[in-house]
Amino acid sequence: MENKTIDQEVKLKPKDFASDQDVRWCPGCGDYSILSQAQKVMPEIGVPKEKIVWVSGIGCSSRFPYYMSTYGFHGIHGRAPAIATGLKLSNPELSVWVATGDGDLMSIGGNHFIHTCRKNIDLNILMFNNEIYGLTKGQYSPTSERGKVTKTTPYGSIDTPFNPISLALGSKATFIARSIDRNPKHLKEVLTKANAHKGTSFIEIYQNCIIFNDGAFDDLSNKETKEDNVLEMKHGEPLVFGKDNNKGIKLDGFTPKVVDLTTGEYSLDDLWVHDEFDESQNRAYILSQFHDNPNLPVPIGVFRQVNSPTLNEELEKQIKFQIEKKGKGNLESLLFSGNTWEVE
Amino acid sequence: MEKELKSLSEVTIRFAGDSGDGMQLTGSQFSDTTAFVGNDLSTLPDYPSEIRAPAGTLYGVSGFQLKFSSDSVNTPGDMPYVLIAMNPAALKTNVKDLKSNGIIIINEDAFDKKNLKLANYETNPLEDDSLKGFKVIPVPISTLTANALKDTNLTPKEVARCKNFFALGLTYWLFNRPVEPTINWLHKKFSKMPEIAEANELVLKAGSNFGEVTQLITVRYNVESAKLEKGIYKNVSGNEATSIGMVAAAHKAGIPLFLGSYPITPATEILQNLSKYKNFNVKTYQAEDEIAGITSAIGASFGGNLSYTTTSGPGLALKTEALGLAVITELPLVVINVQRGGPSTGLPTKTEQSDLLQAVYGRNGEAPIPVLAASTPKDCFYMVYEATRIALKYMTPVILLTDAYIANGSEPWKLPHADELPDIDVKFQTETENFYPYSRNEFNARPWAVPGTPGLEHRIGGLEKSHIYGNVAHDPDNHDFMVKLRAKKVADIANDIPELEIEGDIDADLIVLGWGGTKGTITESVRRARKNGYKVAQAHLKYLNPLPKNTEEVLKKYKKVLIPEINLGQLARIIKSEFLVDVEQYNKVRGLPFKAVEIQTKIAEMLGGNNGE
Ligand code: SF4
Repeated sequence: MENKTIDQEVKLKPKDFASDQDVRWCPGCGDYSILSQAQKVMPEIGVPKEKIVWVSGIGCSSRFPYYMSTYGFHGIHGRAPAIATGLKLSNPELSVWVATGDGDLMSIGGNHFIHTCRKNIDLNILMFNNEIYGLTKGQYSPTSERGKVTKTTPYGSIDTPFNPISLALGSKATFIARSIDRNPKHLKEVLTKANAHKGTSFIEIYQNCIIFNDGAFDDLSNKETKEDNVLEMKHGEPLVFGKDNNKGIKLDGFTPKVVDLTTGEYSLDDLWVHDEFDESQNRAYILSQFHDNPNLPVPIGVFRQVNSPTLNEELEKQIKFQIEKKGKGNLESLLFSGNTWEVE
Repeated sequence: MEKELKSLSEVTIRFAGDSGDGMQLTGSQFSDTTAFVGNDLSTLPDYPSEIRAPAGTLYGVSGFQLKFSSDSVNTPGDMPYVLIAMNPAALKTNVKDLKSNGIIIINEDAFDKKNLKLANYETNPLEDDSLKGFKVIPVPISTLTANALKDTNLTPKEVARCKNFFALGLTYWLFNRPVEPTINWLHKKFSKMPEIAEANELVLKAGSNFGEVTQLITVRYNVESAKLEKGIYKNVSGNEATSIGMVAAAHKAGIPLFLGSYPITPATEILQNLSKYKNFNVKTYQAEDEIAGITSAIGASFGGNLSYTTTSGPGLALKTEALGLAVITELPLVVINVQRGGPSTGLPTKTEQSDLLQAVYGRNGEAPIPVLAASTPKDCFYMVYEATRIALKYMTPVILLTDAYIANGSEPWKLPHADELPDIDVKFQTETENFYPYSRNEFNARPWAVPGTPGLEHRIGGLEKSHIYGNVAHDPDNHDFMVKLRAKKVADIANDIPELEIEGDIDADLIVLGWGGTKGTITESVRRARKNGYKVAQAHLKYLNPLPKNTEEVLKKYKKVLIPEINLGQLARIIKSEFLVDVEQYNKVRGLPFKAVEIQTKIAEMLGGNNGE
């Protein structure tokens, strides 16, 4: 295997996290950017390389572990969160990362996703959302918009798509964020924050599939349009966007409104100030719904993060407590417990 | 009144009542006490899948049968000699199995118009002569229970719930067993509700005293204790034995146990049991579904824990794809399938042997998995231990088949001491020099290199991997090589398991070959056939994949091979295709164990006579 004489005292570089395998995504695929940001984050999280594990399911995104030089497990379709859960419970010291896609996580793996969120297992789940099935060559996915024409929807999709952020909120995920492949700086920041969070971190990453759904996020990444369409949420700051931050979001009751900051009618003081640590989910939910409203910008950044006991810690605690209470399990007494009798 | 005490060598009794009448508890208490006084025994709980079917209905009847003896016991008995029937429905559904001249103890209070109608009785069987040919003992059990509790503050509902202990007390008296073990159990179980413990004690004693004073019963019975081997015993069900076996194996292997599972009848008890053993460093994870049960276990196995998943037929079907993942990643994992009646939801609480082909073959691709089967309740302990040894030594998933019959049934178990159990070796890879994830040792096992070990970072997964190096490989020759290598690894386990033993008449013309939970019944039927003058040999398979090395040789010694199975001939199919030998099948798929007499008759038929009885 590669690089066996790593001295952990020497600070590793991003390239130390690249495996010796050729990366086989299509040239121009958004996955490259995500891989490169992940490789940049790895040396900075303060975890020795051997304690980092990447787990994946099936799909283009799920080839990810093969391209990292950490431990990796390429699972089966949809099951990455469950595999990662078992792994984390088996050794809570590991830093476990899940690379998955919208088909893998929202469709076949939907059940594992919602339960992993609610159980709050300390994992980082990166969902590469390209709103299409790539590896099977272009069918609509659970995040494809209504009306989308694909190989299995020649007359347009008649399904209502999931809103992954709303779903994660409803599933009680304790860290929920969104970023974009074409905004590497932002992506790296979000990954770093996700890693720092204890519990299930869910990051939706808009990822351009250049072959089957090219341009799906152009308005969020093109120079000319992105400022008007992307809202970068920053904790403690008012929600502003547009060229030179000329627009803001004002909350009227439960209804978010875009206001113009150049006319003098509204100032920064009128705007919604983002609180990512808000105990209540309500505002985060309203933010999650921006995506579905064409009149509102698409938020990126952390929607919400809160502290809550993790399943892995709670399990360790119970085991420790039972050992303290009953003493370390003794096999002989277990065998001979209950209603025994002696035959002489 | 002086009662006559008659000696019997063996008795089969059955308790039957509404599923809310506590018949399973009554039966298991009677079994524990019977084991305690030194009889050998075998039990057969039989209950409906409804938790509380409407009271008084035929489909809501729950039964518990056991046979106990001063000799060794192989089965819970073909036909009960004594039936305790708590209501008309229980009588109706069970009386047909009773031996002629058998004893029926009846709760006559329950034979009112409503219950008779629910049981489809046109006339009261206590008043017509439909029970002629049996010794009927009608006892007003509900009234007598209420009398015994008249000075307590229990609600009428709580009082009614105690009536099974009246029946138990009376049965104890009838078979000359002490009430003390049950009284001790009551006070332990209800230590936080002493009034309930005391009420049940009162009723238990009232039942026993009733036997003493009633004019209805003039004879009581005694079954001497069996000549069991010296040692300390406990009565154990298959699921209990499996649970303890898992903990024992993890303890000996010296690594944490991880159980990823999802509740499913009749396997749930194992997950419940293990969740109590946290102080043995046992991690239990009740997953969101069967698939997460096994995939979490695969993740934990990658992480270096000793991983198990427990399930039953429908659950095994859901785990199929993940089993293939465990095969190709070559990670140790033990899958315990407590078989039940299928297909689909089938008969969830009843027994069957119909998952054998699913276990041996049921996967996409060439995905060989060792398959083992336990043959009796206590054997579950040894077989789960053995399954674990094989999984760890060969880095492979292993399927252990038990079934509802042995999982719920119980028998006395001479307890092994912890230090007598064979060692289980676990070697994690730590050496970085020349480490390759798909290199092989002398058993063709690959190294177990767990995350957290510096310098061994590697990737595994469901895609085909190159020999030795373990990189993703689509090369045709490599795939052909790997498919054959995985098959050989599993096939070679035949060199590491005991040979098939022949019991009975080695020089007979006929051998009866069985597998799994039918062992007791086959042994009993062969014993009876031999007693009747037939020459019969017997062999029982505990390893189904690979089969013991000498299987073919054994079978070819005999002119006739009889394979009784509670399925449509799944082992027969494997044996025929593996060895091209002719076999005779005997198949009944009633959700119940065979009766010894059925196989005995078949043996006689094959040997050209009547069964001698
Ligand atoms: S098909 Fe799409 S998602 Fe898959 S690798 Fe190619 S560009 Fe990327």
